[in-house]
Amino acid sequence: MTNPANDDAKEVQDSMVETPAGDTAAAKRGPSVATRERRQGSINPSGETPYLVVEDLAVKFPTADGMVSAVNGLSYSVPLGRTLAIVGESGSGKSVSSMAVMGLHDRKRTRITGSIRLGGDEIIGLSENDLMKIRGDAVSMVFQDPQSSLHPLYTIGNQLVEGYRVHHKVSKDVAKKRALEMLDLVGIPNPQRRFSQYPHEFSGGMRQRAMIAMSLINDPKLVIADEPTTALDVTVQAQILDLLNNLQKEFGSAIVLITHDLGVVAEMADDVLVMYAGRCVEYGTAEDVLANPRMPYTWGLLESIPTVSSANEKLRPIKGLPPSLLNLPDGCSFNPRCPYKDRVKGELCTTQLPDLLPVDGAGAHTSRCHLRDKASIYEAEVAPRLG
Amino acid sequence: MSETLLQVRDLKMHFPIKEAAGLGRTKKVVQAVDGVTFDLKAGASLGLVGESGCGKSTTGRMITRLLTPTSGEIVFKGTDIAQLKERELRPFRRQLQIVFQDPYSSLNPRQTVSNIISTPLRVHNLVPRGKELARVQELLERVGLNPEHHNRYPNEFSGGQRQRIGIARALAVEPEVIIADEPVSALDVSIQAQVMNLLEDLRRDLGIAFVFIAHDLGVVRHFCDEVAVMYLGKIVEQGSRDQIYNAPQHPYTQALLSAAPDLGTIRGVPPKERIRLVGDVPSPIDPPSGCRFRTRCWKAEDICATQEPLLEIKPQSSPGHTAACHFAEPKADLIAETA
Repeated sequence: MTNPANDDAKEVQDSMVETPAGDTAAAKRGPSVATRERRQGSINPSGETPYLVVEDLAVKFPTADGMVSAVNGLSYSVPLGRTLAIVGESGSGKSVSSMAVMGLHDRKRTRITGSIRLGGDEIIGLSENDLMKIRGDAVSMVFQDPQSSLHPLYTIGNQLVEGYRVHHKVSKDVAKKRALEMLDLVGIPNPQRRFSQYPHEFSGGMRQRAMIAMSLINDPKLVIADEPTTALDVTVQAQILDLLNNLQKEFGSAIVLITHDLGVVAEMADDVLVMYAGRCVEYGTAEDVLANPRMPYTWGLLESIPTVSSANEKLRPIKGLPPSLLNLPDGCSFNPRCPYKDRVKGELCTTQLPDLLPVDGAGAHTSRCHLRDKASIYEAEVAPRLG
Repeated sequence: MSETLLQVRDLKMHFPIKEAAGLGRTKKVVQAVDGVTFDLKAGASLGLVGESGCGKSTTGRMITRLLTPTSGEIVFKGTDIAQLKERELRPFRRQLQIVFQDPYSSLNPRQTVSNIISTPLRVHNLVPRGKELARVQELLERVGLNPEHHNRYPNEFSGGQRQRIGIARALAVEPEVIIADEPVSALDVSIQAQVMNLLEDLRRDLGIAFVFIAHDLGVVRHFCDEVAVMYLGKIVEQGSRDQIYNAPQHPYTQALLSAAPDLGTIRGVPPKERIRLVGDVPSPIDPPSGCRFRTRCWKAEDICATQEPLLEIKPQSSPGHTAACHFAEPKADLIAETA
């Protein structure tokens, strides 16, 4: 990370922070921690000017048992041509936060605060009509399960053409030409025939390709891929990951990849954000987070994966379960499961939520942990176990 | 480790499908499993790997006789149970248990945990009536759950805990073989490791033999000493863990290993050679002639379409390592750090 680049990015962001929504959100929660975290979150680890900027995002749902804070104080940014992977277990808030970027939450039942900006324009608070103009055009989404996200009663071609014509005033023939082009681009053999087939006539991998064709048909600047390969077999997964990588090179879109599979992260991501119980706990470039992680939860995730060297040993799982979002533990949300908390003096871990701070005092790699000597603990204890 | 518990010989499962065609009805079958043969020794663990639709789960269901095979033998301790009637089968059901993939749909939501676990005890008359609860609590403790929670319902437990209940239910009858059908694939990675460790403890402490069905190559390598790779209803390669992972012979095994996402590169391990398969698995209703993998294989030649390769020990391979390919050759350095 070169310093000049960083300063540039900071300048751009600081000027962006002046949007009204960002200010009201900050005012409500008091400036101190929010401002500090916001600043750090909006520095992109690459130092490039980001296209998507999420700042201090909070998503809350009322439930029968009380208000659930599914996402809390989340900040990140993604420049064009770069891929951010959001990693976490089920219920960590990774999908909820990305649905907010698409404006997909039921606005009557969801409280969203903070700021989400696309190329500088605020999304939070936009009317449904304005959101419709963005969805599928500037921002599109690839869902986990292509089976249930394609309409079973319309042909693939029909769905592609519709997606194109919503945002472009063109004739059906022109749209069809574009649709065939896209089917070909995502590697679906015989597009002419496939165009008039229904989703059930496609295999899982082909359906996901069609889904990707649909999401890219309007040349979006941002693609959100929510577990795009989880439902697929490993050989097909490899094909789809290659396809996404190649298409990103061609289209230059920003990608937010939501996944729980660290292998997929390693193959795809430029930046990585680890979520736990609705909060970001570690954020940095893929190399930072996967090769030099500085947060016990990230260590635990990496240690849980069976590797070549662990074949004859026991795995080292993270003990316990993720906490209920309705009843988060005091202090650091990870403390009940953290094997390192007794190395922190006093009762800091159980009483005070750690801030998301740079791991080496400066720079873009941040983690949320009270441990002082994270680097030496990782090098001396965790890294040897990872093999 | 030496006694062979289970011998599976040329096991086939063909599901008939009805399809109206013109005037008459043509009879078509889905060849879900088409001639699978393997042995399982006492206390061993055999991994069945392959992509969806390759017949690995169907094989598991036949061994536990949840399905009756179309043909073939399942010899358990000298008795062929493949075509036994329900009554004759009962003593064997106790020996062969199964743990299912989905901990949500495999537990009855209206039964308490205690009821779920004690049903097999009652069916097999294993414990006198008054002692059931004590046994249930012992089992709960064995799988790492709080014995005081015996009165709860499945919905009060998380996915990983439910999977533990499923395991306790299988353990209740003290089986010699457990078929674990994707036991951890529905779980989050940190929970997955917990359940893997539990299964490993059970294997070591109780000497239970496992048939471990999974698509995750890393998990299989961790748990199994013997691995069989399946493709479209057939075993294409079989051998010890080291043979399969370090010197895979069959092109499909090689492709499968090389497709696993690699976590090693980011830590500075040089990237592995990539093999990318094209296309999808063909339909098992009308599988390709000759070698079933030939439609996606980069080595395929004319002979592959006309002559089916046999699962046999190749001249270049070590003892016990079989592969079904005309052009089998070992290839090292394909495995990702996490596969």
